[in-house]
Amino acid sequence: MTSTYIATLELAAGAVLLSAVMTLWRRGVRSIVSMLSLQGVALAAVAMVLGRHEHENALLVTGVLVLVVKGLVVPTLLRRVSRLDPRSRESRPLVNVPASLVFAAALIVLAYVVGTRITALSPTSATHLAPLGLATVLVGYFMLVTRRRAVSKIVGLILVDNGIALVTFLLTSGVPLIVELGSSLDVLLVVVVLQFLMVSMRRHSDTDRLTEMKALHD
Amino acid sequence: MLIIAILAVPLAMTLVAAAFAWRAWIGWASAASSATFLGLGIWLSVRTLSAPQWALHHSLRADSLSAFMVVVIGTVSLLATLFTPRTMRQEISSGVTTARYARHYVVLMQVFITCMLVAVLTANLGVLWVSIEATTIATTFLVSHRRTDGAFEASWKYVILCSVGIALAFLGTVLIYYAQLHASGSAHSASLDWTSVMSLAPHLDPNVTRLAFALLVVGYGTKVGLVPMHSWLPDAHSQAPAPVSALMSGVLLSVAFYALLRFRAVAEAALGPAFPRALLLVVGIASLLLATLMLIAQRDLKRMLAYSSIEHMGLLALGAAVASPLAIAAVLLHVLGHGITKSVLFLSSGEIYSLEGTTEMDKISGLLARRPTLAGIFGFAVLSLVALPPFSLFVSELTMARAEVDAGLWWVVVISLVCLSVIFAALASHTRTMLMGAGAESVAPTSSPASITVPLIGALVACVALGAFSWPLQSLLLHAAQVVIP
Repeated sequence: MTSTYIATLELAAGAVLLSAVMTLWRRGVRSIVSMLSLQGVALAAVAMVLGRHEHENALLVTGVLVLVVKGLVVPTLLRRVSRLDPRSRESRPLVNVPASLVFAAALIVLAYVVGTRITALSPTSATHLAPLGLATVLVGYFMLVTRRRAVSKIVGLILVDNGIALVTFLLTSGVPLIVELGSSLDVLLVVVVLQFLMVSMRRHSDTDRLTEMKALHD
Repeated sequence: MLIIAILAVPLAMTLVAAAFAWRAWIGWASAASSATFLGLGIWLSVRTLSAPQWALHHSLRADSLSAFMVVVIGTVSLLATLFTPRTMRQEISSGVTTARYARHYVVLMQVFITCMLVAVLTANLGVLWVSIEATTIATTFLVSHRRTDGAFEASWKYVILCSVGIALAFLGTVLIYYAQLHASGSAHSASLDWTSVMSLAPHLDPNVTRLAFALLVVGYGTKVGLVPMHSWLPDAHSQAPAPVSALMSGVLLSVAFYALLRFRAVAEAALGPAFPRALLLVVGIASLLLATLMLIAQRDLKRMLAYSSIEHMGLLALGAAVASPLAIAAVLLHVLGHGITKSVLFLSSGEIYSLEGTTEMDKISGLLARRPTLAGIFGFAVLSLVALPPFSLFVSELTMARAEVDAGLWWVVVISLVCLSVIFAALASHTRTMLMGAGAESVAPTSSPASITVPLIGALVACVALGAFSWPLQSLLLHAAQVVIP
């Protein structure tokens, strides 16, 4: 029982990081969004496995919420945007794909260096996996900084958020339910806001010029 | 009960604004709503002097610090909402917006104000995070209200940077919760509740708390407009309609700063004063220096005001770094003085924009000859902003400097003084060309309507009164300061 629990947890947490790295590797928006969807499902699995193991109903509820929001709703929204925007393929990232993957490896090492200090406080099989979440956060930041397209920036933001959610589940078995609900709702709203902005910007003028953020300066 | 009433007023106003199509009376009603919860906030402040107030099964909590923040939010929203009818009328008649978007605007303003009130009145540090993040969502649409390329770019930058920044603050909050779980030993006594966090704070693990506080400073620092994540601020503040800029600059930054004040107390209890002080000094001085450099060569009026907000937030961070009761009281007085002054400046710059059609300072000149009242208000507000006596910012900056010297941080005072002198010179020269300057001989002076001059002059008088007699506030300020000193 315990070994199955640990194995499932490791598998799901590993899948979260793996799908984050895959988003750096793939260029087409459709496959990137599939990766995000996979990540949402893996994240929900982490919450549910932990919830079942620790008999925390709140965590099971959170798991269902994560599954719906991050596994289903957010990817669907992104897919709709990418259909609207034929040029959303990331054709010229600031750092090319092979170099990005090398950076990702370095970031994972960094996450482990920082993470072990945190997990030393209460070493359990769940907290040991927390560096995977930190690594996902760092990969998300890397994506935000080095990718130019609007969709890629949204994906980076979602990666950061999923990474933080993973850390939250693994370290604390979830923050209080009200906070969890609030933060999931906020993330969903941010994605909706970004979508709205992309759509309105396209109606007005060249989205890419705007999202590269060049017009306003001192 | 009082706390619930304070939240119910703007919430009811939100529903009213959503239910009816845009009319001028809705604008006046929203001003009345701000005035009402400002009054209730003052009442709450008096009540909190004896004991913290609770509501809704201990999920809402008001101590003197929260009550003071309600007063700040109320004052600035009153000013901003008083300008709503006029701003909307001008925008609709000039075709910038339509009645439909005017309705969105009023609803979003009320949602924005409600979120800020929840942020300062919640008992839970997690809900604090949720409501500050929710302000980002409401204000994004307010920044893009004019639907120009610049407005969309500004709001895009704003939502991306602030969401990323505030995600760090969430990670920091989670780490505090993790440390709290470990310190309490059971999952049921840990809840991110302010009182329980503070009671466990001395037992929090130092390594985890150190990382958490650093994340919180960068994360909430993004919303405060502190270096290194400040770059959204000048764009958002320059593109938003004037009342929105007033609210964002006058209170939203301070509400995020309020979160930092609370977490600083937790960090000090767990780690001692040295680490939080070092971190706040670094971001404070960096923000001050950056703002000074950007203000020297600034050409745009609203961007100038935005960089001045970064300057003042830097000063707040320096005051919070000292964290003596005197310093925190001065920080709070500074929050109120800056909120009022900056709103007056943004609102009058909105008037200047509608008059001149530009916010480029090179293109505005001789304002004093054409619009003596408006120019006079703007001029005096700039004097208040650079902290000349008798305005309240003079008192609060002087008190912060004294607290810094008391704490042995005289070098901080030297750096601040140098920066403030340079900023003084820069703002004075920019303002002089706008107000005096040639090129307006043939135009007869026109007076501005009383509906805009009376509130602005009233606000400036309030700044002077706060500076001259801070006694009505003194006990509240010191009481509030004690809340965040462990």
